[in-house]
Amino acid sequence: MLRIEQLHASVAGKEILKGINLTIGAGEVHAIMGPNGSGKSTLSNVIAGRDGYEVTAGSVTYHGKDLLAMKPEERAWEGVFLAFQYPVEIPGVNNTYMLKAGVNAKRKHQGEQELDAMDFMQLVKAKAKLVELDQSFLSRGVNEGFSGGEKKRNEIFQMAVLEPSLALLDETDSGLDIDALRIVAQGVNALRNAERSIVMVTHYQRLLDYIEPDFVHVLADGQILKSGDKHLALELEERGYDWVKVEAEQAAA
Amino acid sequence: MNNLKQTSRQANNPDIKPEEFANQEYETGFVTDIEADTLPPGLNEDVIRHISAKKNEPEWLLNWRLEAFRHWLTMTEPHWAHVNYQPIDFQAISYFSAPKSKDDGPKSLDEVDPKLVETYEKLGIPLREQEMLAGVAVDAVFDSVSVATTFKGKLKEAGVIFCPISEAVREYPELVQQYMGSVVPTSDNFYAALNSAVFTDGSFVYIPRGVRCPMELSTYFRINAMNTGQFERTLIIADEGAYVSYLEGCTAPQRDENQLHAAVVELVALDDAQIKYSTVQNWYPGDENGVGGIYNFVTKRADCRGDRAKVSWTQVETGSAITWKYPSCILRGDDSVGEFYSVALTKMRQEADTGTKMIHLGKRTKSTIVSKGIAAGHGQQAYRGLVKIGKGAEDARNYTQCDSLLIGDTCGAHTFPYVEVKNPSATMEHEATTSKIGEDQLFYCQSRGISEEDAVNMIVNGFCKDVFNELPMEFAVEANRLMEVSLEGAVG
Ligand SMILES: Nc1ncnc2c1ncn2[C@@H]1O[C@H](COP(=O)(O)OP(=O)(O)OP(=O)(O)O)[C@@H](O)[C@H]1O
Ligand SMILES: [Mg+2]
Repeated sequence: MLRIEQLHASVAGKEILKGINLTIGAGEVHAIMGPNGSGKSTLSNVIAGRDGYEVTAGSVTYHGKDLLAMKPEERAWEGVFLAFQYPVEIPGVNNTYMLKAGVNAKRKHQGEQELDAMDFMQLVKAKAKLVELDQSFLSRGVNEGFSGGEKKRNEIFQMAVLEPSLALLDETDSGLDIDALRIVAQGVNALRNAERSIVMVTHYQRLLDYIEPDFVHVLADGQILKSGDKHLALELEERGYDWVKVEAEQAAA
Repeated sequence: MNNLKQTSRQANNPDIKPEEFANQEYETGFVTDIEADTLPPGLNEDVIRHISAKKNEPEWLLNWRLEAFRHWLTMTEPHWAHVNYQPIDFQAISYFSAPKSKDDGPKSLDEVDPKLVETYEKLGIPLREQEMLAGVAVDAVFDSVSVATTFKGKLKEAGVIFCPISEAVREYPELVQQYMGSVVPTSDNFYAALNSAVFTDGSFVYIPRGVRCPMELSTYFRINAMNTGQFERTLIIADEGAYVSYLEGCTAPQRDENQLHAAVVELVALDDAQIKYSTVQNWYPGDENGVGGIYNFVTKRADCRGDRAKVSWTQVETGSAITWKYPSCILRGDDSVGEFYSVALTKMRQEADTGTKMIHLGKRTKSTIVSKGIAAGHGQQAYRGLVKIGKGAEDARNYTQCDSLLIGDTCGAHTFPYVEVKNPSATMEHEATTSKIGEDQLFYCQSRGISEEDAVNMIVNGFCKDVFNELPMEFAVEANRLMEVSLEGAVG
């Protein structure tokens, strides 16, 4: 359902992604790991459509459509969701209000009836429970004054409400305390189904203990150097990334 | 329109050649010619006598006007405001016109700037009201007349006086004489002096001792504000322990033939009285090139004359080509409180120079200023605030927060805070921020499925929230809508 081919992208004139190939099937969970600065967030941002990332070559096809030709909101309507590595604060804008606007824009696009305030509140309350998000966060400004962990939890809450078909979670586990990690993971697992694909960017095995991936990829220096199953993550945890790079160089040589 | 009248008068006086007409003095002609609907352009003492006579005013008021006029002659127009506009020729303005006849205005909405009509539709304004706002001549029968009547009864029961100021001059001369000009003296500034000399009408409110005005003074005003003209005068008095919330203006852009508006608003709060004055000002800002917009030079001032008196100004400004406006509070009574909450939006070629003055005279007086400026397109925006702590203002406090939000690269926001502290016990806090709508904020919203335009609206409304929260409920909802409509096309 998502096919990335030979994707090259630059930021501020500097090439960050250097030929990414990745295919994600419906219902699959993929983990992307890799050193800092290797391009993981860049890849997520390019898929979600952030401005300032110039795609110089390659393609991204999603449900048979050219994803790169769509505006970010159109991608959201089509079911793409990005949980930000650094969620953004929007002072004064009510968390629920923003979400309702998003949900209804999506419903409208899909030709469904918009939810009224009552129905929406019901939905939101159920989802807040799922990720054990205190209701007080619903009426606060978007991420305004949220702690690092609270912001991450809010991202998963939003995901639960928006019910995407492709969820990109950029280091959602970073900054979460032990209990929160478990809760968030439970939330993600509850959303797993045969149609929904999940891509998790993470540095740590412990998230993968909770959410078992079907595939693990190593992204280093703008390329996917190695792919494997969940055992690859355990190996990385033990040995770090250098051996992967060495292996890749040897293969190239 | 004035030109038309001139021509027809000439036609009636074949002896007068055009050039003579231009220099003609109005000394005798117009006082006697009391039936004249509209005075030819120009301002002199006879014009003022004519206005006063037309309105059947008492002698003291005529003298009051004349004194103001004589002072005005000695004054020069202020030029320090951070705005640019063509000089105004005050002799080219007609200072008295009777309510416009049907022939003057547009015949139907078809003759009105289509953009304006589009805006009305977006704001959900009923057709009937659209026509009134656009100055289309409609029959005077207005659906809400009966509403206004019930409204008046209810106020009367409570002892509240709410009427046109011209009526108050006749019915409650002592009140008017005691308070009018006591907050904004006739000699206060160029525009206030001009207003004092030539004001045509406006509103008068008196809330008796201990009375809480049973309703927001709004609906009635909205209906009656149509013909108050360009030199409007408002006087609100809250007697000891009284409370009133007054709403001025409406969210619909009002089209007006008069380019220059110079209103005066005076508020007087006695011991323990509270006045909440909210404005949504959305005059026609002119087209993309700034043609046809209104110049708004208004003097608004409150006098917290009593101890523990409190006045709040809340304003949302999106209209006018040029705005020059500083609602102020004189905190005279001990423990009196002044508040100023403002949102100003400028786009296209609009310019706004607004702010407030808080003059602390009494002990333990407190003032709060929250100013939110939004500039888009080629809009220019200046905040100018003065906080003055007098010698006797022991333990005065001020909190000022000015935030500017820029949309795009061609607009500008400027902040000029002035502080004068003559008493060292004062506590002053000042916060100022200028931000652009962040690319990251927009992307965040978009990634949740919200279009860029909606995202901008949402962010702007969030930015204004502290101020919108101060507005009465019905106004707050309208204000949100208004910002959205005003911002349309401002992005991208
Ligand atoms: N706006 C920008 N201007 C210049 N360089 C940028 C910009 N955005 C990203 N980069 C660079 O691109 C590279 C990849 O960044 P990216 O955020 O994708 O890394 P990452 O793999 O997510 O790292 P981390 O694990 O630390 O989150 C980094 O070297 C970063 O400095
Ligand atoms: Mg990253």
